Amino acid sequence: MKGLRNYLNKIKPNFEKGGKYARFGATFEAFESFLFVPDTVTKKGAHIRDDMDLKRTMTVVIIALLPALLFGMFNVGYQHNLAIGNAEATVMQNFWFGFLKVLPIIVVSYVVGLGIEFIFAQIRGHEVNEGFLVSGMLIPMIMPVNCPLWIVAVATAFAVIVGKEMFGGTGMNIFNPALLARAFIFFAYPTSISGNEVWVAGLKNGLQTIDGYSGATPLSDAAAAMSSGAQSIDWSMSTTPIDWFYGLIPGSIGETSTLAILIGAVILIWTGVGSWRIMVSCVAGGLAMGGLFNLIGANVLMDIPAWYHLIIGGFAFGTVFMATDPVTAAQTNRGKWIYGFLIGLLAVLTRVVNPGYPEGMMLAILFMNAMVPLIDYYVVQGNVKRRLKRAKANA
Amino acid sequence: MSKVIKLRKGLDINLVGAAERVLTKCPAAASYALVPDHYRGVTPKLLVKVGDKVKAGSPLFFSKENPEVLFTSPVSGEVSAVNRGDKRKILSVVVTPDGQNQSENFDVCPLAELTRDRVKETMLRAGFWPMLIQRPFGIIAKTDATPKAIFISGLDTAPLAPDLNFLVQDQGEHIIAGLEVLKKLTDGKVHLTVGTDTTAGVLSRIKQAEVHHIEGPHPAGNVGVQIAQIDPINKGDVVWTVELQHVAMIGRLFQTGAVDMSKVVALTGSEVVKPHYFKVVSGALITSITDGNLRPKTPREERGVRVISGNPLTGLKVEPNEVEGYLGFYHNQITVIPEGNKYEFLGWAMPRLNKFSVSHSYFSWLTPKKKYNLDTNLNGGPRAFVQTGIYDKVLPMNIYPLYLIKAIMAGDIDKMENLGIYEILEEDVALCEFIDPSKNEWQATVSQGIELMIKELN
Repeated sequence: MKGLRNYLNKIKPNFEKGGKYARFGATFEAFESFLFVPDTVTKKGAHIRDDMDLKRTMTVVIIALLPALLFGMFNVGYQHNLAIGNAEATVMQNFWFGFLKVLPIIVVSYVVGLGIEFIFAQIRGHEVNEGFLVSGMLIPMIMPVNCPLWIVAVATAFAVIVGKEMFGGTGMNIFNPALLARAFIFFAYPTSISGNEVWVAGLKNGLQTIDGYSGATPLSDAAAAMSSGAQSIDWSMSTTPIDWFYGLIPGSIGETSTLAILIGAVILIWTGVGSWRIMVSCVAGGLAMGGLFNLIGANVLMDIPAWYHLIIGGFAFGTVFMATDPVTAAQTNRGKWIYGFLIGLLAVLTRVVNPGYPEGMMLAILFMNAMVPLIDYYVVQGNVKRRLKRAKANA
Repeated sequence: MSKVIKLRKGLDINLVGAAERVLTKCPAAASYALVPDHYRGVTPKLLVKVGDKVKAGSPLFFSKENPEVLFTSPVSGEVSAVNRGDKRKILSVVVTPDGQNQSENFDVCPLAELTRDRVKETMLRAGFWPMLIQRPFGIIAKTDATPKAIFISGLDTAPLAPDLNFLVQDQGEHIIAGLEVLKKLTDGKVHLTVGTDTTAGVLSRIKQAEVHHIEGPHPAGNVGVQIAQIDPINKGDVVWTVELQHVAMIGRLFQTGAVDMSKVVALTGSEVVKPHYFKVVSGALITSITDGNLRPKTPREERGVRVISGNPLTGLKVEPNEVEGYLGFYHNQITVIPEGNKYEFLGWAMPRLNKFSVSHSYFSWLTPKKKYNLDTNLNGGPRAFVQTGIYDKVLPMNIYPLYLIKAIMAGDIDKMENLGIYEILEEDVALCEFIDPSKNEWQATVSQGIELMIKELN
């Protein structure tokens, strides 16, 4: 390591002000501080500092994402082989198939996103922010595996430029960048992200499937039952809630396995990186709305048991990894309860009353992102009022 | 025992190098000095020139903002230097002691006969007025104000903090006298807050003030936190705070009529061979205390050390020279820790078992009793605020720290006022700064905010 350090010390002057490559200063800094924690010491204020920094924070999120990602890769292969009736495929074969399908999406997302981040850091003369390390992983995980790479690239660029850099970079953005990428695709290229064909690798390109395999997600099953006026929902491939919980169903790459997501949730809560308040209240909101619909019970969608909502579609993934993004979530503890609860509530509401678009989680979170300043304003205002009241009582 | 204030929010940082309960009398320092930057908002106007003979209690300069407030020499000797920096700003006024311990004399009378005017006059003349700190904003008390109450903290919970009971172990009667004197200055109460584990110490015997008991992690010992629990500051309120050893000094002044600014400080930190307590005189040259007590450097080490007047969270970095390297007027502690100017390969990804963090992504939660040796590395790069909800956990006040700090950054006076700038000082957000993963400078920001408020309100 000493040799590497000496080499960096040797080439560093080139990237400093007045050096040959000074315009790549931010890029150099990003790589250098990735390899070595800088030798910067405290100047003002507290002389000692906690070891936690944003690099570590983001790393924790990535680690929390890994179970869902790895399972997602396996499931891509599993669904593919299920569709073609290849029951022989081993776990490793399934995983390897999925790995090769998913890796290009991850690479595209990181290359495009980080490229733009570096350019902006360079223009602004800032250090490169770590925020995209997480967004760049989230984007592939909420994509259908059949999504064309160029669409992923365009959506990522849109998310980073419009969703983040326009507001000033990590920490300043209003909307969750990864969800913005998905919303962009949903509205700009709807055919590549909805329907029954997009969730399974190859299905859209005329893959020969066995009889009865549709590639429909539980959510689309429910929506189909609703539109055909059926008395009960016919779950395709006869999956049961336990399959949904394990995640052996079609869906976006990382969203299917509630189990894997729960492992991530435990990591986030234990390290304090993700807010348990948001996760708990989001689940509570989903159950409350689902329960209310159960009581009304006017149609098949309303009759879906409330807890089904938690394990189908993107509810779990959104709750654990999207709603908890500290920058776009409510910042006060009381605000977090309200914010999470309303996300869960709105997500189920959208699913049930608007079967034309079965997945409500994305729009629920984006909508609540927009509402965050309002929620926090009233929470903080409560504190201000208490202070004024105290002053008046004493006067 | 009155009701115990129990705090749950906060953070104790266990560091290597806490002072052992041993007291050494420090030989006279090579020089003593007053450093104007140790006080908030003081522009010094000199009353002496180099070569003048002074006694303890002879004025060296006064404050341009408040000309009644004199700053006096802590020892007798000769003014040996007036150090100036950019734009001829006075950095320090240095006195070389003559070893005779002469003091200016002030009339004494029985404490019961003291009047407010007389207390005020004596304290101003003897240079003891700067011991009275006014809140909001932590400035030297206005001479024409009468505070709602006076608060004194009887415990220090900062990392490596000295045991205040030990500092004043033989000062019981002086503290009692000091409290009687302070009572003359306010129409309200004089509050003394002590810890719950001080049953045997001097402070447990004190009845001359409104005594409160407090329990909990740092910042329970911060007087600002105690005020927030006992009687929070509102807009328009004025309260004063006095440091405990200064109470003893005030007591001595009014009992003996002589200026005796001696106090006990703890020399702490992992770079100190045998951390313990020293009896010194206020304003002493720090190297006179640290010399011979630091871990010797082996020739191959490139290690630097940081000398701090005060504790590692809020203290002042001092250069070991005769310009500004003097013990801070309000400090009871000197800390010496290693500098962290070294690179660490992939440090952010490592388990870092010997490092301390509030985050469970490190493993220091497994060993809550372990003592850590922290250096001055920033451990990351400055970023915009990202993480939320963590700062509230270390600030036991009814304040939203993140909103307040952002209001200060935006320079929004109304918001700062509404969100509680009157209730805090830099030291109260020191833990927010310590834990901040975005490495923002909270204390410096609060300083700016306070300066802005002072400017706006005048």
